[in-house]
Amino acid sequence: MKKSILLASALIAGMFAGSSAQAAGRDYISIVGSSTVYPFSTVVAEQFGKTTNFKTPKIESTGTGGGFKLFCSGVGVENPDITNASRAIKQSEFDTCQANGVKEIVEVKIGYDGIVLANSKKSAIFKLSRKDIFLALAKNVPDPKGGDKLVPNPYKTWKDVNPELPATKIEVLGPPPTSGTRDAFVELAMETGAKTFPFIHDMEKKNKDMYKATTQMVREDGAYIEAGENDNLIVQKLEANPNALGIFGFSFLDQNADMVQGSVVEGEEPTFENIADGKYPVSRPLFFYVKKAHVDVIPGIREFLGEFTSEKAWGNEGYLADKGMIPMPQQERNLVAQDVKELKPLTMK
Amino acid sequence: MDQPATNPTIAKVNKGLKRRYRAERRFRLTGATAIFTALCFLFLLFFSIVSSGYKAFQKTFIQIDVFFDPVEFTNENLATANFPGLVKSSLNAMFPEVTVRSDKKDLYYLVSSGASFQLMDLVKNNPAIIGKTQQIWVAANDDVDMLLKGNIDRSRPEAERRVNDKQLIWIDKLTADGKIKKTFNTGFFKSGDSREPEMAGIWGATCGSFYTLLITLSLSFPIGVAAAVYLEEFAPKNRWTDIIEVNINNLAAVPSIVYGLLGLAVFINFFGMPRSTPVVGGLVLTLMTLPIIIIASRASLKSVPPSIREAALGIGASKMQTVTHHVLPLAMPGMLTGTIIGMAHALGETAPLLMVGMVAFIVDVPHGVTDPATVLPVQIYLWSDSPERAFVEKTSAAIMVLLAFLFFMNAAAVFLRKRFEIKW
Repeated sequence: MKKSILLASALIAGMFAGSSAQAAGRDYISIVGSSTVYPFSTVVAEQFGKTTNFKTPKIESTGTGGGFKLFCSGVGVENPDITNASRAIKQSEFDTCQANGVKEIVEVKIGYDGIVLANSKKSAIFKLSRKDIFLALAKNVPDPKGGDKLVPNPYKTWKDVNPELPATKIEVLGPPPTSGTRDAFVELAMETGAKTFPFIHDMEKKNKDMYKATTQMVREDGAYIEAGENDNLIVQKLEANPNALGIFGFSFLDQNADMVQGSVVEGEEPTFENIADGKYPVSRPLFFYVKKAHVDVIPGIREFLGEFTSEKAWGNEGYLADKGMIPMPQQERNLVAQDVKELKPLTMK
Repeated sequence: MDQPATNPTIAKVNKGLKRRYRAERRFRLTGATAIFTALCFLFLLFFSIVSSGYKAFQKTFIQIDVFFDPVEFTNENLATANFPGLVKSSLNAMFPEVTVRSDKKDLYYLVSSGASFQLMDLVKNNPAIIGKTQQIWVAANDDVDMLLKGNIDRSRPEAERRVNDKQLIWIDKLTADGKIKKTFNTGFFKSGDSREPEMAGIWGATCGSFYTLLITLSLSFPIGVAAAVYLEEFAPKNRWTDIIEVNINNLAAVPSIVYGLLGLAVFINFFGMPRSTPVVGGLVLTLMTLPIIIIASRASLKSVPPSIREAALGIGASKMQTVTHHVLPLAMPGMLTGTIIGMAHALGETAPLLMVGMVAFIVDVPHGVTDPATVLPVQIYLWSDSPERAFVEKTSAAIMVLLAFLFFMNAAAVFLRKRFEIKW
């Protein structure tokens, strides 16, 4: 009994020593970040691992904000090499990076992702404008009676918002506040819809805090239901409740086209072509950021960047487009590929 | 009854007898209904998981004739040959009537992208195959797989289907020629994770779970048993040991994600251990399982009667010998049961591993405790989040495998307890 305990503790001490040595020489790429970019990043990583002799990169889905926190904590093998993001890096995050020694960051734009407002195929398609979306989902809306005042959202059915819409209860299932998809939806759909009111448009310069509170706060009285990060669950709930709408990325609409249909926003259907042309308004660019300091220390980063920026990955006929990512126009792709090859560092204005 | 109505007490008792019997029957009925309802829910759970997951144990294969053209293999490194091109040319040969470029793309889509890697492995294992033509069963694309399993509705309009009309015609032709078949999905048990549902498997997660549990067991069992033995047999009974006992009991109830945060702060940030490895995951789960093992071991040690200890001391054994030769072996069955239950609990944990980075997409199967790895419950969580329809059945199949493991471990605990338990 005593000998086996001694043996076990010796073994564990050995493993501890071995593991700290291992940490010193990490031979796989470590990627963290957005859950929206995660499905695309993983496809490239798998291709990269299978077609080269490098180890397959390890990718964690921590969310855009969480990814930047980990990424900007410093330079060294214990920190991630790349972070995925469903929005551009903020000035505050960039400053944190600089302060912690992450001086040179390469920004890579990879494509676009459409956000759709979908409902079950059993119901009629919704034809919405961004103003309708704002009035239906914001916490405080302009007084229906007129004037420049804001009141708590009184609208209960879609017909109240816009007489041409059906008289069903407003019920929207969407991502929680921690999600980048929610941030993007709020900015692209609600904020733009809010600005159609002249007094809100003027508020942007006059009272920034109130502007933010008006345009970006979502109602909490039960009409907007936070359905968690699992978009599959939202699709299933839409099947069960034909009167509800759901907010999720284009790839989920693509994979479930037999069960759900995307709403038409300002006259444009959410199709691959419309999002690629920029006609469908609710779409946002996707990025990832690379630490230049890690590029020749961790094996394979250059080759991984090459794989991601190759036509067979992000091109119009590439495998990322098969997975639901909307590619950038050819010219933009060429420009980004060139910048990535030179590892051009990001400069914030 | 000799004195039925004369004794007033018995008369009172007899009056209330009917009510008492009725209350007892009601109570028994309530208990039986509760158990029946629980069993119904359990049956519903198993039925819904098995019904959505059993199809994942079958995989669709398409037979293609591949000519390993020597012209492709001029390079020293056989792996660099254009294997996707070989697949494409064999499909072109099978369907020569397809000429338009967009139709050709639809045709190539029928076969999985993993087919080219399958061919690569074939050539690497047997280079003599170059120059010959072989009939090979390659994996079909996940949409074809879904169609053959009945998950894609053929009657829907084309725009709503993942498989268009032309592809339906080709699939029907392949079925008529006997070149499509569904067989047992061994790949599910042999491959690691993948973004292509037809190529994804649980082997990587299973190995990760194995290594993590190995670390957990090898650390928590000795430390837990030793702590229990010390606290029960050797420690003086004073305020400090009381405080320790209270703390251990409370730790058993702490939410598991707190251990994850502790692991992140201490093991990763302070000790600098690598993220996403079974070492760190195992250490975090050790912290979580220790209180359970200590409590179970202490209860088991308490159950050994003092007469055993006194008898051992009486024939001249020292305190140490009493404990290790007499008390511990007798308490071992209970300790083992507690350990197995603790392990089964640790096998199903996801939240603490989230903080140490084990919730990640990892394709390579881990070969040691310091390779990046993920565990079975995490694999289930990641698959449940993927948009592809084929991952739905794979998620349920992985849940079935995990439940099978847990069931087996708990059954082993029950068996061991029954076998080795000594009734005083």
